[in-house]
Parts: sequence; structure tokens; C-alpha cells
Amino acid sequence: MSENMSESVAITHSHEQAVADKTAFGFWVYLMTDCVLFATLFATYAVLHNNTYGGPAGAELFKLPYALVETLLLLTSSFTCGLAMIALQRRDKRQIIGWLSGTFLLGGAFLAMELAEFSHLAAEGHSWTASAFMSAFFTLVGTHGAHITVGLLWILVLLPRIARQGITPHTARRLALFSMFWHFLDVVWIMIFTIVYLFGALHV
Amino acid sequence: MSIEHSAAAGAHSSHLRTYVTGFALSLILTGLAFYLVGHQGFNRTFVLGSIIILALVQLFVQLFFFLHLNSEQGPRWKLLTFGFMAGVLLIVVVGSLWIMNNLNYNMMSPEQLDKTISQGENIGL
Repeated sequence: MSENMSESVAITHSHEQAVADKTAFGFWVYLMTDCVLFATLFATYAVLHNNTYGGPAGAELFKLPYALVETLLLLTSSFTCGLAMIALQRRDKRQIIGWLSGTFLLGGAFLAMELAEFSHLAAEGHSWTASAFMSAFFTLVGTHGAHITVGLLWILVLLPRIARQGITPHTARRLALFSMFWHFLDVVWIMIFTIVYLFGALHV
Repeated sequence: MSIEHSAAAGAHSSHLRTYVTGFALSLILTGLAFYLVGHQGFNRTFVLGSIIILALVQLFVQLFFFLHLNSEQGPRWKLLTFGFMAGVLLIVVVGSLWIMNNLNYNMMSPEQLDKTISQGENIGL
């Protein structure tokens, strides 16, 4: 009798595991299509980055230390998001909430810096209407920023759920998907940092 | 039950060490790229090549240590879709740059054409 019961528990567990695996793979496929979206924006930027319409190029517009701080904020937020996943494996609800809140604050700081940069550029007369280069820049970096905004909203939805419902298969799955999304955005930012900011500083 | 549980945990084992290693490597790679670009003394081609390599290394560091692309079991569907995506990405990026550079070259303005000729390039005139 007791053996029967534990068997059925095992089946439920493996069923939940299978559902979680399938969901994670589906989300991974979405991320791959998102990569293709970013690839088109990177290609556009690479083609248009010299068409400045008489305006300044990236080397004069972008401050490298500023972009480095943005990079470090996002990188650290990716790390704290990983720590939340480890807390999930340990089934430590308080730690999950702590690390996820940290991820939110770091991501929020990153977004604030990016928006400050955007408004500074626009105020100096280098808005997206200034040249093909600026259009490509704002579209590429802005699309990444829009993804970050969605990620921050996702945390806001996720946090009260975990606080209220605890660690259920449902909340665990959501958290795993969020962490994939957040790490993916970090990877995209590394490419933006290299191609927009570092290449820009080198006058490529 | 316990076997089942440990198997499930094993399939998704992401240890603290993995994340710390990935984070430390990413910090080092980012710092190195920043230093190379900020330093004035290096050859430009060397710096350019280095930061491209550093970015690619960091890409794979994060794919492996954060997104666990290498810890798949059974049919490696994640890797397969990743490979497909990488193929599409290369076609889009390399293809765009190739076509648009060729277009720019063939539709040069008269001033640019003079400059190109004065630089000694044989453009077949």
C-alpha cells in the first residue's frame, strides 16, 4: 500500500518534471527567435553606423565608463538571478525573494541609466530623427531596454506570487523561465557593449 | 522516491560554483576589453581582434555557466535550435554587410570616386 503511494508520488513528480522541461524548451525556442530579431537590428546598425548625416559618430557621443557601469549592473543582476535559482533548488523562499529583489533593483538601476543616456542624447539634439546612425542606435539599444522593462514587470508579478503561494511547481517553473530570459538579455547586452560602445570608441 | 528525486535534481543541477565561475570570468573578460580599448599604446587591429575574441568567449561563458547549454541530456534539442539560430544570424548579418558594402561601392558619389582613384585603386575604368 505505502509502496503504491510512493510510486504515484514519483509519477506525479516525473510528470511535473516533464511539463517543466517542455515549457523550458518552448521558452528556449522563443529566445532563439528573439536572437534572430536582435540579429536583424545588429545588422541594421552595422550597415548604418557610418551614416551620421554630418553629426557626430559614436566615439564623441558615448562615454565608455558610463557603458561599463551599465554592463557591470546588468552582469551582477544576472548573477543574483542565478543565486535565486540556487535558492529555488534549496527550496529557500526567503532567499529567492531576496535575490529576486536584488535583481530587480540592479535591473532597475540599469534601465534608469539607459533612459538617462537616451534623454541626454535627445536633449543634445542627437535623437532618433537626427540620422540613420541614431535611428539604428535607438532601435537596437531601445529594443533591449524594452526587453529589460518587460523583465522588471515580470519580477513584479512573480514576487508577490512566490511570497503568497510559496514554492509550487507553478511558481518554480515561472522563476526558471524568468532566469533564462534575464541571462539571455545579459548575453545580448554584452554584444551591444562590444559592437556599439567598444567599436564606437575605436572609430570602427 | 529518493532516486526519482535525485535524478530530477541532477538534470537541473546548477551549483553555486558554476554561477560564481561564470560571473568571475565575465567580469574579467569585460574588464580586459575595457582596458584594451581605453589604453592608448596598443595597435588598433590588435585591440579590435582582441575585443571580438573576448566578446565571443564571454558569449560562450554565459551560455554554458548561466544558460547551461552544455548540461543537456538525451537528444540535444536546445543545441540544435541554437545551431539553427546561429546559422540564420550569420546569414542575416554577414549577408547584409556584404550586400550593402557592395552597393555603397558601386554607387559611389563622384567625390568618393575621385578619392578612391587617387588612392590608387584600380576600379576598372
